[in-house]
Amino acid sequence: MKSNTELLAQVTEFIGYEADLLDHKGYQEWLSLWTDSGLYIVPADLNETDYLNTLNLALDDADMRRMRVARLENGESVSALSVGNTVRMMSRVRVLEAGDDVVIARCAMTLNELRHGKLVTYPANVEYTLKPTSDGFKLEQKVVKLLHADGFLRTVSFIF
Amino acid sequence: MSELIEMQNISLKAAEMVEEGRVHKDLYSNPEIFEEELDKVFNNTWVFVGHESEVPEAGSFKTAYIGRQPVILSRDRKMNLHVLQNRCRHRGATVCEARKGKTKAFTCPYHGWGYGLDGSLRALPKPEEYDGVFDKNDMPLESLRVETYQGMVFATFNDGIEPLEDFLGGAKKWIDLFMKQGGGYPVKVLGEHRFNFPGNWKIQLENTTDAYHFPIVHKSFVSSLDEATADIFDFLDGEGFVEDLGNGHSVMVMIPQLVDLEEDLDQPIPERFASLAQALRDEGKSEDEVKKLVRAAHGTGFNLNLFPNVSCSMAFFRVLRPVSVGETEIQHVALGGEGAPTAFNRKRMRLHEHFQGPMGFGTPDDGEAWERVQKGAMAGTDGWILVNRGMNNLHESKDGNVAGAVCSETGMRGAYRQYKKMMAAGEEK
Ligand code: FES
Ligand SMILES: [Fe+2]
Repeated sequence: MKSNTELLAQVTEFIGYEADLLDHKGYQEWLSLWTDSGLYIVPADLNETDYLNTLNLALDDADMRRMRVARLENGESVSALSVGNTVRMMSRVRVLEAGDDVVIARCAMTLNELRHGKLVTYPANVEYTLKPTSDGFKLEQKVVKLLHADGFLRTVSFIF
Repeated sequence: MSELIEMQNISLKAAEMVEEGRVHKDLYSNPEIFEEELDKVFNNTWVFVGHESEVPEAGSFKTAYIGRQPVILSRDRKMNLHVLQNRCRHRGATVCEARKGKTKAFTCPYHGWGYGLDGSLRALPKPEEYDGVFDKNDMPLESLRVETYQGMVFATFNDGIEPLEDFLGGAKKWIDLFMKQGGGYPVKVLGEHRFNFPGNWKIQLENTTDAYHFPIVHKSFVSSLDEATADIFDFLDGEGFVEDLGNGHSVMVMIPQLVDLEEDLDQPIPERFASLAQALRDEGKSEDEVKKLVRAAHGTGFNLNLFPNVSCSMAFFRVLRPVSVGETEIQHVALGGEGAPTAFNRKRMRLHEHFQGPMGFGTPDDGEAWERVQKGAMAGTDGWILVNRGMNNLHESKDGNVAGAVCSETGMRGAYRQYKKMMAAGEEK
């Protein structure tokens, strides 16, 4: 049994690594972080947890993640081309559940996007369901709960 | 007096900025024209405020806007619908801030006046101080005229205009067709996406009848599809058309084989719906019902534009709200079937997420194009926006309306004709 500090350090490192990949558009490597059954979810309704039976802003299985990345990378999307950069801060990491097969953690994120010279900010709670493997953690589920999920958002051409 | 003349000049100007085939770019950027639009268009015609399924039970409500004005759509105990101004009759606070919900009453947070679901003022603290001042019965939340068609709820501040059904006119037939996508179940709202863009509302109004942009702006979406599905979206050379339905409404048929979802039910199930079909069989549906549901899952092959603020857009409602001359809020309302199989409604939501909303594969690229139009409106002092595409290639539709090619700007011209008429109203005086 790992000490809590060790697990927290590993989870924090993974979260930082994933965030770094996304800010630096390392999308292919990001895709490889997932299990085949993994789900990337950005809910529209923060009161709902039955994501499959609810309308979300995004609910991506492996196919949708691949297509989402392809869209951002293939140079055909005018909005993806005009996104400047994103810088996201991940903090307040807390391990909620530490099993041998699954680790659940939650953290705070502030994502800043520069878009047509204007700064747009997205504060969110992010929940990770991680699968420990011999290769390190794999993402089984990532739920990005935007603070203004049910407000009127700007359009998004990056990955939270 | 001089103020009056000035006002008249502005209104003359706005109406004159619309010609058959082109509109002046100032219509997107002049804040005075925007104020006039709220007054002459949004406060003066039938505006879509929601679908009946959003307020399914006695006590259900949702909040909405008509132009800049906050309203509440509610259902009272007798199941009647009301659209109420969201403004307490005492000192004017909004009485409801929730997006939707169920309640017995709307209680003002400031001094506690309580209103019924029909808007009537029911109770207030320490009423004796109003003895002889006013009668409670004279102080309901102000209500608007409400009428519905096929579950779509419209309201208007103008008591003098024609009934809703007359206003919808030639669009009614298309609403009937649109509502077949419940697959044999009543159409129901499943949820909604909300986003805004820094641009004028008319840019969105035009877009839902703009097939011309699709293969360009949505190239990255089409590339992400399998070949068979991508073919369906390759409709510019097909048999589609845009038909002007009058009163600013129009329909753009992109995929003619998906106009009537209750026809052609014996077609084989397309590959991309194979897993849906299997899931429906697993839920115990007969093969006939499976075919009907799978066909309905597509949504319809047309966009029906209803002036001024809603489009029945293939599989969902696209609702616009003008916030300011350079800002517009948009809702993409996902639809499914009331009581329909779980697999059907799930598929409908996944398809909606794929293209719609702020994170869909379509919307962000639309938003980018619209933002550019708004920016472009600032270039030069005397620029015009062209809406003359296909003007020389018109024909008469089966219903006797003017129609043009699927990628013509026939629908935009229809909308602007109505806009011009409304903006010019009262000028002759
Ligand atoms: S403002 Fe509503 S009770 Fe006073
Ligand atoms: Fe579009």
